[in-house]
Amino acid sequence: MAIFDLDFFLQQGSFTLSVTDRSDCRSLALFGPSGSGKTSIVEVIAGLRTPSRGTICVGNRVLFSDKSGINLPSRFRGVGYVPQDVLLFPHLDTRENIIYGCPKGTVAIERLAETVEFLNLNAILDRQVSSLSGGERQRVALARALLSDPDVLLLDEPMAAVDLPHRRRILQVLLRIRDELEIPLVYVAHAPDEIATIAEHVLILEQGRLTMAGLPSEVLPKQAY
Amino acid sequence: MNPEILQIATFTTLAALIATAVMLVPGVAIGWLLARTNFRGKALLETAVSLPLVMPPVATGLLLLWLLGRRGPLGSLLELLGVEVVFTPGAVVIAMVVMGLPLLVRTARAGFEQATKRYEQIAETLGAGPWRVFTTITLPLAFRTILAGALLGFSRALGEFGATIVIAGSIPGHTRTLALGIYSFAEMGQNQDAAILLFISIAIAFTAVLVSNQLTRDP
Repeated sequence: MAIFDLDFFLQQGSFTLSVTDRSDCRSLALFGPSGSGKTSIVEVIAGLRTPSRGTICVGNRVLFSDKSGINLPSRFRGVGYVPQDVLLFPHLDTRENIIYGCPKGTVAIERLAETVEFLNLNAILDRQVSSLSGGERQRVALARALLSDPDVLLLDEPMAAVDLPHRRRILQVLLRIRDELEIPLVYVAHAPDEIATIAEHVLILEQGRLTMAGLPSEVLPKQAY
Repeated sequence: MNPEILQIATFTTLAALIATAVMLVPGVAIGWLLARTNFRGKALLETAVSLPLVMPPVATGLLLLWLLGRRGPLGSLLELLGVEVVFTPGAVVIAMVVMGLPLLVRTARAGFEQATKRYEQIAETLGAGPWRVFTTITLPLAFRTILAGALLGFSRALGEFGATIVIAGSIPGHTRTLALGIYSFAEMGQNQDAAILLFISIAIAFTAVLVSNQLTRDP
């Protein structure tokens, strides 16, 4: 279990985002229409955007607190971030992408082998990332994030570029990451069925405001998406 | 063929290559600073770097002569070290660096502004520090643009005339470059020699600009 303690206010141009929620769960989902602030929350947790004020804690770590003057740089936050557009490094091959965040050494080689096995990436390790399909890119991005040894995985619409047959498979992988590797997830999605499968706590957002929060079974049926 | 032609072509190409190598590190650093940072005096730096593009090259040459001449602020210091710059091949290289640098800076800056920011952020979340991000993500992704900028700087250096003639003169076998050679031969009525130098200039510059343009296109 991880404690997600989010209480912050973000102002960027005319867009404001205000979130206050505390949950004790293995997977937190962010749900809402485009522009509601889901990606902004993920980027705030990752340290890519700085809130105007508030506190962000994941597990027992304070990532940001304006009162205490804490604002950990991204590289010290222990987040494995898989953005919506995946963003594999185009000048590196698949293997080089995967090991980018992995500390060098024997342990790293073992962990690489485990992760490659876990995500079934053996056949594509030496391919250029430009030749990978949407599902393959997604799995490579997941492997890259996992090998950086994260305390929490941030997944921004991980199914956006994945065709239907592969979605179920990736969902299974994510559940294994959550349950077997015990890495908490923050999961952004538009599809209620995905969220119902993976999330233990859901935040419903609209125009930068948190409108509802709770168990998927409690909050999802009330949405007309 | 006039043996001076080969000497001029070789000397100019070599001087332009050295000038390009010299401008590379400051050019990339200034391009990155202008693209990625905000600091007091940024507009001044931006303007100062671009100045040689719009100033008459002879005026730039005069400024360099004032700086590097024996009584100039830099020249007098260099003289204490026993280094004389004015009217030497070194002065040719300096003129080429000053005139070529703005093109390298502008192109490198565009490269840094274009596509690398989001990749850098991902690298940071993967635990990479600023230097590792710069060397493994920023530089490789901007490499083609930087190379294109270097080629443009090289082309500009190759054709440098105004600043060079003021600070380095046109001493045969010593500081005479392609542009100065064309002018000198044409002035003396050696039209065939001028035409050969002209052809060499066009060939080198055409190739450099062609490759530069290819590099700045999408792969």
